[in-house]
Amino acid sequence: MAGIPHDHYEPKSSGERWLYKRLPIVGLLYDTIMIPTPKNLNWMWIWGIVLTFCLALQIVTGIVLAMHYTPHVDMAFASVEHIMRDVNGGHMLRYLHANGASLFFFAVYLHIFRGLYYGSYKAPREITWIIGMLIYFLMIVTAFMGYVLPWGQMSFWGATVITGIIGAIPGIGEPIQTLLLGGPAVDNATLNRFFSLHYLLPFVISALVAVHIWAFHTTGNNNPTGVEVRRGSKEEAARDTVPFWPYFVIKDLFALAVILVVFFAIVGFMPNYLGHPDNYIEANALATPTHIVPEWYLLPFYAILRAFTADVWVVQIAQFVSFGIIDAKFFGVLVMFGAILVMALAPWLDTSSVRSGRYRPMFKMWFALLCIDFVVLMWCGAMPAAEPYATISLIASAYWFGYFLIILPLLGLIEKPLAQPATIEEDFNAHYGPNSHPAE
Amino acid sequence: MFRKIALTAASVLVLSGGVALAETAEQHIEDVAFAHEGPFGAFDQFQLQRGLQVFTEVCAGCHGLKYVPIRTLSDAGGPGIPEDQVRAYAKQYFVIDKETGEEREAKPTDNFPANTGQGAPDLSLMAKSRAGFHGPYGTGINQMFRGMGGPEYIVSLLTGYTGETKEEFGTTLYENHAFPGGWIQMSPPIEDGSVEYADGHDNSIHHIAEDVASFLMWAAEPNMMARKQAGFVSVIFLLILSTLLYLTNKRIWAGIKGKKTA
Amino acid sequence: MSHADDHAGTGEGTRRDFLYYATAGAGAVATGAAVWPLVNQMNPSADVRSLASILVDVSTVDPGTQLTVKWRGKPVFIRHRTGEEIALAQTQDAEAAGKLPDPVARNANLADETAEATDGNRTIPSPEGEGAGAWVVQMGVCTHLGCVPLGDQGDFGGWFCPCHGSHYDMAGRIRKGPAPENLPIPPVSWVDASTIKLG
Repeated sequence: MAGIPHDHYEPKSSGERWLYKRLPIVGLLYDTIMIPTPKNLNWMWIWGIVLTFCLALQIVTGIVLAMHYTPHVDMAFASVEHIMRDVNGGHMLRYLHANGASLFFFAVYLHIFRGLYYGSYKAPREITWIIGMLIYFLMIVTAFMGYVLPWGQMSFWGATVITGIIGAIPGIGEPIQTLLLGGPAVDNATLNRFFSLHYLLPFVISALVAVHIWAFHTTGNNNPTGVEVRRGSKEEAARDTVPFWPYFVIKDLFALAVILVVFFAIVGFMPNYLGHPDNYIEANALATPTHIVPEWYLLPFYAILRAFTADVWVVQIAQFVSFGIIDAKFFGVLVMFGAILVMALAPWLDTSSVRSGRYRPMFKMWFALLCIDFVVLMWCGAMPAAEPYATISLIASAYWFGYFLIILPLLGLIEKPLAQPATIEEDFNAHYGPNSHPAE
Repeated sequence: MFRKIALTAASVLVLSGGVALAETAEQHIEDVAFAHEGPFGAFDQFQLQRGLQVFTEVCAGCHGLKYVPIRTLSDAGGPGIPEDQVRAYAKQYFVIDKETGEEREAKPTDNFPANTGQGAPDLSLMAKSRAGFHGPYGTGINQMFRGMGGPEYIVSLLTGYTGETKEEFGTTLYENHAFPGGWIQMSPPIEDGSVEYADGHDNSIHHIAEDVASFLMWAAEPNMMARKQAGFVSVIFLLILSTLLYLTNKRIWAGIKGKKTA
Repeated sequence: MSHADDHAGTGEGTRRDFLYYATAGAGAVATGAAVWPLVNQMNPSADVRSLASILVDVSTVDPGTQLTVKWRGKPVFIRHRTGEEIALAQTQDAEAAGKLPDPVARNANLADETAEATDGNRTIPSPEGEGAGAWVVQMGVCTHLGCVPLGDQGDFGGWFCPCHGSHYDMAGRIRKGPAPENLPIPPVSWVDASTIKLG
């Protein structure tokens, strides 16, 4: 499957041959797990296994939680308390699920930024990148709907604010919003369908993950040098790669174990740290909390959404040019979705012929700024929408778009890259000395 | 390069955790060293019993506790009151029977009744629905080291009355250092000596406040001890597993890596 | 699996194997420890477990009347028999000896599972101040297909199940009809003179 030449599965016993003729599943699994992987992958390549673990964790804890949860406005909050107090181990399951979502996003942001730094999005891996962006988008939708289910104050008001932005779309916005809500406001109809969709989407995500893996197995993994694995012959490829099992399975599991130490420490000792106390108050449609904030992983987008108010000149220009169709509210919505869109378009915006940021000295600077910018946006999202945070949000949002739309295209044209290693083997040996044996 | 990014990423957790709200000038929440705090903290059973007494004698008049089953008063790790005493205790509350629709004495299998007569909020989750500590400047660092501060908020609120009152739209408001906005509708519920403890324990207003806050923390999170234990066991076990995987990983890669030069 | 070292002397080999087995073992323990809570959460939760035993106030149950309570999701008949009914039951006992469709007492409070279904074995010990045989406590679920029998009906002065016509006598024993067993008696005891504990 991967363009890298390697030995394929050969059924040995008669039983294996019988099955192979009817369904080559063992062969598929074997070839997948033994796929030649660049041997110089560093610790930023472990996030895939963390993400897979998180998906499994969320699905498993979610299914068992669903056995005790009641998706009705009169009973949802009480059913969550029932889980916390009476269900055997229910408190742990609930905290694992809630904090599991945070771990999921923590890992996905590191996974995405790894891709941005090492140019994993560049040809021929565009499809992998786009599918990844789709998975990320579905994660956001799933997490948003999941947060509504406990029916606390933040659940309700967060849902009200975010479904409200759909109403900002001119013309068709309000009918679509009503269709989504099942009524004029967030209520029982909304809660029930959010429960249904929250249960469904993770399986759509799982299917996309399978395609995601298929895609990067087809092209082969990227690696820290951005230099491709040599594909002239099996022997050549074997000098650049090691089979995924056992080398990277064990390495990934080690990293996962370390991360789980921290994760279980948080779940066991500070499980409410990343949450909001207001969500322990039952939803009240007649009383709005002083500050409505989403969970931490959605804060950057919240900051971008709120940054573009009517007095911002870009908004005013847009308003003028569109004859008033695009107002500040709609502009914010467009920009919020646009932030993910520009990231998805990175493969076509980045003009550099050098893949990995390691060999792009100017790029490194701007990329570091992007990381800081992301954190600043996250912090702004938690702050009230007043000065000085409003101005900071605007500058930070501007940088985000500027990075993808201006800096990436320009850098490729004006940057002078450093010398890249000729092969992965060369890069690996530079770190570890000539190896004694190629992988068998 | 990636060390820089990793540090930035790690700071993401700190910077945005403990959602920040700008502190109002009046709010002043003192830190209290509760028995249940910290990875090895545990509820003080006698403090919980005193807190239950405060709740029963002072708070239950206006506040409900509708998510707490009365039977949990005899659970291990909580006030640990014997079952027959819990049965007798339950009888002072009245609930509507779900099947007959009639009012009857509560049984241990019932929850504490809801109480909305005075418009007072239910206290089942009060200790988790308030954050006593914020920031600094939205970074969430305070909460990482001192906890969310829910019970501390309760202590500060109960002891934070200044004595000033004002009338607004026919309601009397009382000035309070801890309540957001500075004026609360609840009249000062406790003072020095409000509750007499059977064991003669100190019953200054501060002690009473701490006792009831501790009880309310248990009411909000009765399974805290089980959670901490599970966390502790998991962390220890995962540390062992990490070590084994580290050694296995090293062993597996040894042949490929040869001698490390960088 | 690749053998990535060339120092495969027996000492090194078994040391390597031990490490691999230890790691795999630890991984298996971790997986097992994770699976158990996922299964255990389906076991009855604390609120359901708390209703495993209930206390019933029978002070208002006058002789000749029955109280029906729900216990573990099913009805339980608590009948306070009058003097005449006790006498009638003992007469029925004598007549029915040897002819009962189900000769076993079905009383969970008796140590002997095979005890005979005499009236004495079907009633619970009376509280102080009352004669024997005054209280009959049994599941209100017909042993045929599970309907709730009606009290003070049927040919034997006890209960009658309208679904398929089973007749139970004053002691809840099946006498006529398709039901195979006597109405079972749950674990029951007196907590005080006016309260019984079921379960």
